[in-house]
Amino acid sequence: MKYDRILIRYGEISTKGRNRNKFVEKLRKSVRIALAPFPNVKVEASRDRMYVLLNGENGKDVIGKLKNVFGIQSFSPAIKVDRDVEVLKQTSLELVTSLYNEGETFKITPKRSDKAFELNTDGINHAIGGHLLQNIPGLKVDVKNPDINLRIEVRKEAIYLSCEIIQGAGGLPVGSSGKAMLMLSGGIDSPVAGYMAMKRGLEIEAVHFFSPPFTSERSKEKVVDLSRKLAGIYGSIKLHIVPFTNIQQAIREQIPENYSMTTTRRMMLRITDEIRKKQDGLAIVTGESLGQVASQTLESMYAINEVTNTPILRPLITMDKTDIIKIAQEIDTLEISNRPFEDCCTIFVPSSPKTKPKREKVNRYESYFDFEPMIQEAVEKVETLVIKQVDEQHSEFESLF
Amino acid sequence: MIYFDNSATTKPYNEVLDSFVTVSSKYFGNPSSLHSMGGQAEKLLSQAREQVAKLLSVRPSEIYFTSGGTESNNIAIKGAALLNRSRGRHLITSSVEHASVMAAMEQLEQVGFEITYLPVDEYGRVSVDDVKNAIRPDTTVISIMQVNNEVGTIQPIKEIGDLLKKYPSILFHVDTVQGIGKVPMNLYENRVDLCSLSAHKFHGLKGTGALFIREGARLAPLFSGGNQERQMRSGTENVAGAVSMAKALRMTMDNSKAGINNMREIQTLLRGELSSFEGVQIHTPINGSAPHIFNFSLNGLKAEVFIHALEQDGIFVSTTSACSSKKKTSSKTLLAMGVPETIADSAFRISLSFANTKEEALMVIAAMKKAANQLRKVMN
Repeated sequence: MKYDRILIRYGEISTKGRNRNKFVEKLRKSVRIALAPFPNVKVEASRDRMYVLLNGENGKDVIGKLKNVFGIQSFSPAIKVDRDVEVLKQTSLELVTSLYNEGETFKITPKRSDKAFELNTDGINHAIGGHLLQNIPGLKVDVKNPDINLRIEVRKEAIYLSCEIIQGAGGLPVGSSGKAMLMLSGGIDSPVAGYMAMKRGLEIEAVHFFSPPFTSERSKEKVVDLSRKLAGIYGSIKLHIVPFTNIQQAIREQIPENYSMTTTRRMMLRITDEIRKKQDGLAIVTGESLGQVASQTLESMYAINEVTNTPILRPLITMDKTDIIKIAQEIDTLEISNRPFEDCCTIFVPSSPKTKPKREKVNRYESYFDFEPMIQEAVEKVETLVIKQVDEQHSEFESLF
Repeated sequence: MIYFDNSATTKPYNEVLDSFVTVSSKYFGNPSSLHSMGGQAEKLLSQAREQVAKLLSVRPSEIYFTSGGTESNNIAIKGAALLNRSRGRHLITSSVEHASVMAAMEQLEQVGFEITYLPVDEYGRVSVDDVKNAIRPDTTVISIMQVNNEVGTIQPIKEIGDLLKKYPSILFHVDTVQGIGKVPMNLYENRVDLCSLSAHKFHGLKGTGALFIREGARLAPLFSGGNQERQMRSGTENVAGAVSMAKALRMTMDNSKAGINNMREIQTLLRGELSSFEGVQIHTPINGSAPHIFNFSLNGLKAEVFIHALEQDGIFVSTTSACSSKKKTSSKTLLAMGVPETIADSAFRISLSFANTKEEALMVIAAMKKAANQLRKVMN
């Protein structure tokens, strides 16, 4: 029996009152992007359900893609039938017969959102259940723990049959919560932070600090590849690459070694905030996890955070490294993050950075030098890349594969 | 020329050769180098890994490039046995495995491991009950080939995998060198931990292959060195080899469905025509065998003489497996199946590729008829 559509149930969107249409529109866009490889698929959205019409595309592959779309609570492969009891009987029988193995049990879960239908839920139970029992020898009913649970949803326009509920990724549709800048270093944590922020509906633009020749083209490539993984969620992502060499050298000359890390982070945050303003974002996302390294102690965050009052979102703040690694593995960024190239955080590391920097001190050290023009210059010279899900460089190699 | 010895090796696809040459001359950097040429080579390598993984429906991090089937089998079996030796020293395999599995097992036997060699039935097949009964608390590795290289029998990998779901600590190695592209198999569903591939069996180049190591399965590497392939296989990566293998595998998988049907039809034709031959005994089972391998004996004819006779007509077939045929010993697989030595000594193996045709098969049949008649006259 071939399913012809996939029925999508919304997650928290359902509770969003008057903003619902906006949310549904964002989800529909996410689904469209995820299903771009299937040109025949059609997406129909209504207030409380979305339908993906397969039109002959491979249902299994489509399901694989839908599993990663944020904002979907669950979905079911389904068949649409006319509101006619005889047709319903016939299709139910075909569907259950195709799934039935010797000795299995079933139940029917009817749902009648349109009360005008001739049968009520009991009536559906009776009519369809009886029809199945009569026509499938050996089939038994088990309402507590059935092998096959046939869901029959009677709606105004038609009746939908499904037998399986697949859990979705949850969260909110990307873009429904607004836009934020993600500070993307190339390490394990920041891509995971970006992923989690996107899961809560944020649209993300990545910011990366690049210090040639101290960091190489290959470390930049690493960040491009990480961005591409995140682009997989929403089709594409903007990556802002900030030339950072001059500032890092200035810090090295002007700031005492044990405070250089604190100042470096403050500069990065100031620059990211400038880019955020330009791009109309409302927050900055980082991969900080409390106490993980010297710059992520509470004292450090207090000293660094002073430079802006833009909300800084830290999705990983209370997570252990092992849990972060687990997610990195799931979203396929771990291997990329583990590539052994220097990034802006690993060069110029002082031998003993302050774990408890003081605001007064860092402000005093920074007061002897005017960083502002350098920051403005860096922001002006930002190189912005739009990273697509599909790698163009890859296609240069295409003929080799 | 009619080449019917594709289980020994296959002719590389031209496209595969082109890829190898282009990568070798244009992108010859060492993937470990920090400069951009190293970067390009690394990109090619990881793209090759992604493609192989995708074609096998596994994760890229589970694919390790090696020099071929023998090396993959050695890393899998010895690496798994050695790393787990504190847990147990008992290994299980079948008595019809490829030489690289057998010899690796024998080597381990010499250093204190105990090996159970499972018997096979008259069709060359291992019984799942035998596997079950052989398992002991100290069993660490079970190695069973997917398709026998001499007679083409498909082993009950799925059933063994299902059985082993109850034994999570045992590593299950499957040698799929003969099966890939010809007998579909799902590694995850069959609970396979380790799986060996060799590219020259599917129109790739000699010296290229891969080992699948399921995430979480741990092995001791056999080579010490620069820790390439995530420490599992030291030695500068053969980027051109990996890319060409990825291409060969893609082309094989693309053509797999039609190719299998075609080979199956040719085999049926061969079987039908040969059954009318005088003194023929067909060793390849009708059911549960791979489409490309067909093994039979012609009573009273020495295989080697017969093969040279066919060669004069430009036809290339084989006695037993290429790896053991030079040793002039009888086919181990056939003896294990209970075939008498005299008959095993006159066994031939025809092995097909997707590109072989029925016309070729008919020509081979005619040539065999002619050669058999001539030789019988001389020998009697």
